[in-house]
Amino acid sequence: MTFEYAPAPESRAIVSIKPKYGHFINGSFVAGKKHFPTINPATEEILSHISLGGLSDVDKAVAAAQKAYTKTWSKLSGKERGKYLYRIARILQERAREFAVLETLDNGKPIRETRDIDIPLVAAHFFYHAGWADKLDYAGLGHSPKPYGVAGQIIPWNFPLLMLAWKVAPALATGNTVVLKPAETTSLTALLFAEVCQQAELPDGVVNIVTGDGSTGAAIVSHPGIHKIAFTGSTEVGKKIARAIAATDKKATLELGGKGANIVFDDAPVDEAVEGIVNGIFFNQGHVCCAGSRLILQESIADEVIEKLKVRMSKIRVGDPLDKNTDLGAINSKEQLVKIKELSAIGDAEGAERWSPQCNLSDKGFWFAPTIFTGVTQAHRIAQEEIFGPVLSILTFRTPQEAMDKANNTPFGLSAGIWSEKGSRIFWASQHLKAGVIWANTFNKFDPTSPFGGYKESGWGREGGKHGLAAYLKVGKETGAK
Amino acid sequence: MATQKQARVDVKKTYKLFINGAFPRSESGRVFEVTANNGDFIANPALASRKDLRDAVTAARAAHSGWAKATAYNRGQILYRIAEMLEGRAEQFTSEIAQTTQITSLKAKAQVLAAIDRWVWYAGWSDKIQAVSGATNPVAGPFFNFSIAEPQGVVAIASPASFIEFIDALAAAVVSGNTSVVMVPGALAVPAMSFAEVLATSDLPAGVINILTGSLEELAPWAASHMDIDGFDISGIEKRKRGALKEAGAENLKRIHAFDAGQTPTRILAFMESKTVWHSVGV
Repeated sequence: MTFEYAPAPESRAIVSIKPKYGHFINGSFVAGKKHFPTINPATEEILSHISLGGLSDVDKAVAAAQKAYTKTWSKLSGKERGKYLYRIARILQERAREFAVLETLDNGKPIRETRDIDIPLVAAHFFYHAGWADKLDYAGLGHSPKPYGVAGQIIPWNFPLLMLAWKVAPALATGNTVVLKPAETTSLTALLFAEVCQQAELPDGVVNIVTGDGSTGAAIVSHPGIHKIAFTGSTEVGKKIARAIAATDKKATLELGGKGANIVFDDAPVDEAVEGIVNGIFFNQGHVCCAGSRLILQESIADEVIEKLKVRMSKIRVGDPLDKNTDLGAINSKEQLVKIKELSAIGDAEGAERWSPQCNLSDKGFWFAPTIFTGVTQAHRIAQEEIFGPVLSILTFRTPQEAMDKANNTPFGLSAGIWSEKGSRIFWASQHLKAGVIWANTFNKFDPTSPFGGYKESGWGREGGKHGLAAYLKVGKETGAK
Repeated sequence: MATQKQARVDVKKTYKLFINGAFPRSESGRVFEVTANNGDFIANPALASRKDLRDAVTAARAAHSGWAKATAYNRGQILYRIAEMLEGRAEQFTSEIAQTTQITSLKAKAQVLAAIDRWVWYAGWSDKIQAVSGATNPVAGPFFNFSIAEPQGVVAIASPASFIEFIDALAAAVVSGNTSVVMVPGALAVPAMSFAEVLATSDLPAGVINILTGSLEELAPWAASHMDIDGFDISGIEKRKRGALKEAGAENLKRIHAFDAGQTPTRILAFMESKTVWHSVGV
């Protein structure tokens, strides 16, 4: 007996998209000179036209942020700053469905995820950080913590509004003002967030949003009026930023790539582990820096897990992101789809064995079936490089130590997963894994109270929790013995 | 009472490097001269090379897992032991510092005593830094979630020229479980290599601290681009030259920091990495 699902589309009537958007500078929208189209990756329909920010736009935004910092924001008490953030959190909750639909249209991710994960976490982030604004002296970060001034923030396309929240909420709570650039393909929710700032009567210039491409981001990074850079994106661009600011006093947090190991021991609860594996790599189409993109299975249970995984993967519904039943949405861009196809082809060429369930993929839009590769070795490029798509590389191990060695054998160190019913083994493994975030018998969980960030080439610093505040505060000099 | 001058000839020390608990000469065979303020010859310390740096990093990497795994209590006791060993040789260090710098004996002595106290101070941090920096995080779900700080791995240090700053950089790097390769400039070689003798008698496992003497100008760029170094303290590098090192270090996103003189737990945490673990809660 098979279950069929009737289409259950979420209405898009709740959003109204303007044909053209400007930048959000000093509290109002300012027309851009050049524009580029932004599309729905599920249909290739042009949704709107976004301004391509240049040097002069960045200049204006930085000037507005500097003025807001010195004239208003730095003069407000933490208590009052916090109240603005609470207002923003509440408005985001009120308009959550609108944001969810818009995010799904612009990004291609399923409405189930934007509605149940992205947008609720966005509101939670603002609510959490709001409460820090008047408690920074108690955060234990050092004497009299002070903001840097203007933070330049550059965010990716995989969690557009959530990454905005991860950046803007702590920056504002700590008393910084911001110039933010959303990703080229996903600017719409950031621009809708600008309206939320207006509704919250956030003082002009505290949040400025300049849309554009990599050149706009580079202009922000190199702008002398910016004191702190926060970037989420690829390791390649992260290294470029590190080089660009090397000879300056600018501080930076970098949340970069990963090649997360999801390790399943022979005593793991297999059905739960299979759910965790699916969530680890197919959540958000695998466009997740901390995705569990390497499955490391104990040899004795490998066949059983792979078989169950294939059965489970056959139930993944790939299709219309606005359909409430959809599990796997569209790949965010043509460019990303090409990258996924290229690396998968390299997996074939290097001798790994590819498997995907039967999927009917639309001709329009950008799609990639959920895919696993078995017979992967550590030397394979699909075991070393971030694919950033719904593609899982499966390796096996015999001893726990071998699992650790394999898990740690990449230049990255962002995330890892451990599946086992044995407490001591979980703690042992979590001590040995060189990763900033480790999930034991779960995967891809996020929370504003929980610091996120990586070891090694996965970046610098943490976002979220007490640790995330440190990135936006300088502390007084401590001298001498106490 | 008349003093009698002994016509005895001093036995002078050969200055070498300190790598993996041993005292090898530089593979390059090079040395440089250190003279006293009055121009008298003091020593020919080794002028360490890129190859020496590579050997030191290999030793530090090999020592890392053992040192990081040692209990915080054990690391604290070893650091305290360093203070004990230094205390017994305070006069020697005082005279070496006074001879090789422009500072008076009195000030040199104050510096040595401060250095001893620093080891005691850092020793105490070994089992407390976690309580200060870690957190349990009240996530909205059925999970026990906590953040702890771990050592980054191998930390290179381009040491400032003063003995006390050398100690600050070193103690802050190793107390958490990092191993280190410290490069000391010029005449600091003299007390630094005597300090290596202190380390050799302090139960410190081989390879945890490796000391290279010579030129920061020559060694620091190699350290910055070395792919098996995780952190780099460049406090001893002039400000205008730090940019080039940070640029080279971007290749593996090294954690590169410089500090003002002084003791602070911030300095320990700069070479630690925060790890957050989510544990599923259920029956």
